[in-house]
Amino acid sequence: MGSIKDKVAIIGMGCTKFGENWDKSASDMIVEAAYEAYEDAGIEPNDIEAAWLGTWKTYECGEPLAVALKMPYKAVTRVENLCASGSDALRNACYAVAAGAYDVVLAVGVEKLKDSGWSGLPDFAYMVPHYPGTGRMESLTAPGHFAMLATRYFDKYGLSPEEGKKILAKIAVKNHHNGVLNPKAHFQREITLDTALKSPIVAWPLGLYDCCGVSDGAAVAIVTRADMAKNFRHDPVYVKALQIATSPQEGLLDPEYDYAHVEETYRAGVAAYKEAGISNPRGEISIAEVHDCFSITELVIYEDLQFSPRGQAKEDVEAGFFELDGGLPVNTDGGLKCFGHPIGASGLRMMYEVYKQLQGKAGARQVKNPTLGLTHNLGGVPGLATVSVLIVGL
Amino acid sequence: MVGITSYGAYIPFYRLSRARISEAWGGRALPGEKAVANYDEDSITMAVAAAMDCLTGVDIQTIDSLYFASTTSAYKEKQASATVATALDLRRETFTADFSGSLRAGTNAIRAAMDSISSGSARNVLICAADMRLGLPMGEKELSFGDGAVALLLGSERVIATIEGSYTISDEIIDIWRLDKDTFVRSWEDRFIREKGYASIIPEAITNALEKYSLTAKEFSKVVFYARDPRDLATVARELGFDIKAQVQDLLYDTVGNTGTALAPMLLVAALEEAKAGDRILFASYGDGCDVYVLKVTPEIENARDRRGVKGHLAAKEMLASYQKYMRWREIIPVEPAARPPLEQPSAVALWRDRKGGLALHGVKCKQCGTPQYPPQRVCMKCQAKDDFEDYSFADRKGVLFTFSHDNLAASIDPPTTVAVVDFEGGGRIVCDMTDRGPQQIKVGMSVEMTFRKIYEVGGIPNYWWKCRPVRC
Repeated sequence: MGSIKDKVAIIGMGCTKFGENWDKSASDMIVEAAYEAYEDAGIEPNDIEAAWLGTWKTYECGEPLAVALKMPYKAVTRVENLCASGSDALRNACYAVAAGAYDVVLAVGVEKLKDSGWSGLPDFAYMVPHYPGTGRMESLTAPGHFAMLATRYFDKYGLSPEEGKKILAKIAVKNHHNGVLNPKAHFQREITLDTALKSPIVAWPLGLYDCCGVSDGAAVAIVTRADMAKNFRHDPVYVKALQIATSPQEGLLDPEYDYAHVEETYRAGVAAYKEAGISNPRGEISIAEVHDCFSITELVIYEDLQFSPRGQAKEDVEAGFFELDGGLPVNTDGGLKCFGHPIGASGLRMMYEVYKQLQGKAGARQVKNPTLGLTHNLGGVPGLATVSVLIVGL
Repeated sequence: MVGITSYGAYIPFYRLSRARISEAWGGRALPGEKAVANYDEDSITMAVAAAMDCLTGVDIQTIDSLYFASTTSAYKEKQASATVATALDLRRETFTADFSGSLRAGTNAIRAAMDSISSGSARNVLICAADMRLGLPMGEKELSFGDGAVALLLGSERVIATIEGSYTISDEIIDIWRLDKDTFVRSWEDRFIREKGYASIIPEAITNALEKYSLTAKEFSKVVFYARDPRDLATVARELGFDIKAQVQDLLYDTVGNTGTALAPMLLVAALEEAKAGDRILFASYGDGCDVYVLKVTPEIENARDRRGVKGHLAAKEMLASYQKYMRWREIIPVEPAARPPLEQPSAVALWRDRKGGLALHGVKCKQCGTPQYPPQRVCMKCQAKDDFEDYSFADRKGVLFTFSHDNLAASIDPPTTVAVVDFEGGGRIVCDMTDRGPQQIKVGMSVEMTFRKIYEVGGIPNYWWKCRPVRC
């Protein structure tokens, strides 16, 4: 198998403020993020040769991107891959450049969730019906399914719900702390362990502060050939690995799946580390933006991405290993916890943080001398997931 | 000789104390409680549950006909017995028929089954009777009606209760009725119903039946007959010369309520649970006439004891916390809907393709590696063999709860929704909702079983599938 390592680079990025953007449409957000990226890369809109639009439900085709940006007669493709849609748009953009088909391309991630009128995500029942088209399936919500991960994780590692919830609360407190330092975050408020622990139950054992918010947002990356990158800026960020692992549904069918990890994360991580030539992720990765749709998801990701040994992520959480000043800061921008999760936008929003951190432009959140950053998206539910792991570096 | 060869019953898990209803509306507090079908149950699902109880240890390949009797089928046009037969995995050649229109529908079906077996057109006939009728709020019918189902298997071999005789009369009267467009049952003045209907027809029919077979009241160990309430039962029993305490089957009024079409056969099942070989049972129903049967219990009764039946289901229950909950389950009052995306109408075409997998809970077992899998697959999840499977039913397999959550976000008529991952004994896993449970009792590792339910109804399509529940009893 080949490798994308050091073949392409990101030379410009943009990201809107995430939140309940009542006064902005999806195309408003695309325009904001894209023009920030053009300016950051020092290019003109017409320098873009092709574009990929990552969105889950906001648009069903690529056309709206061309319309919003008045991109004249270029190739625009819509990419959908659940919560990894934004990351997969970037992945496709990178491959096109690496193939030599284009020199400068655009990857966009956008989602407008708050026009719906309800809390939570749109219906995603189409994903896991036992038989397609019948609607014969369990009541499917994201919190309900990730809560089952918590139930089993607690059981497997001998944690009472109280002990387990305390560890999860620490993750929420950390991410909220980071979010306060980020003007683009939806939520910018410190919380205490007590607030998190006493919050109302959304899906037992997960409470309100174990769940990420629902918001709108857009983020954009401009990609070019690695050998051209320094023509645009002195500090481009080079792509080291682009991996996606998609589940064949085993976890929902096979009693061997333990519901205390997410196999797709582990597999995508292993593949990404191989592609990037990383042998010790815990020691080599400087920062990681991971898919904390729920606090339990982040806890399990620590183990699946091999940051912590199996069953021992809680010790790292307790030691503050993943905090801003810890050994491997995770979700330095506040994560999904503070940004919410506009599906198609999240992957590129994560990349925006890693990009800024690697360039030393993360302001109050700046981590000391990072060289290698990772983003991770988890689409679907435990047992049936699509996971992306992207690694970039200087 | 033709007779009953097996029996089963189903009484819903939930009960509503009549005191809760009286508290809401004021007025006379009637004693006891009524059985209340869960929001995901209807006459079809309850019939399946009773039939599964009845078919304990029965070879379903020997069943030639299935009759479904109810005044509250999910459909006015479409056969419920076809759905029940599919859920029970009966043979495709099974003769299915729905009996309806009267609370006598269940005993009408018994007569049809007898005739069919006697004539040789069927060896064994399964009869399911189920009802969940609605009385208007604040009325006596709401207080007295309960929900439930019963199943009887009729045949001519290994008979547990021989049908020695039958007698019937038909009667035209508008006493208790419901129009095609009605949701709630109507009734005429109580005194008329009693004097010219029930308390006149039942004695007439029973007297004639006894005369026909030269039997007297004293020759019956048990007398089982329909009544709207214990008072009517007592009046008629006295008139006919039966000893209420010693002979007359209790009406289950204080524990289940009037289960309509299911009531008379349910009382018969309760009587059979206590019966001994040699007992003679008189059995009668009511509704636009009266069907009477004379039964004699055989020694085979001892081989049909391992049923949940009436007794088992009565003991395994949970009280509904409030009358409001019942109102919400029956959608009697509109409530603020959950702010969640609307459910999509299932495709009738997809439901048709999935009739075995969805209704009978059939999965597959790989012939190469032996792995059971639900839903049916084309490519084995373990060894990736293509199209090399045999049918594999999960419906009556017990399982272990592997993980769960109580989800408050999922739109539900009865939140929280308990979502469950179940690992089946013998292999295979399903992710499904859990029903008939108190959230506090749910623990990883507990034993669960599958139950046929209506998961929702959208766009005029009731969508039937399976849920798990803690092993009922």
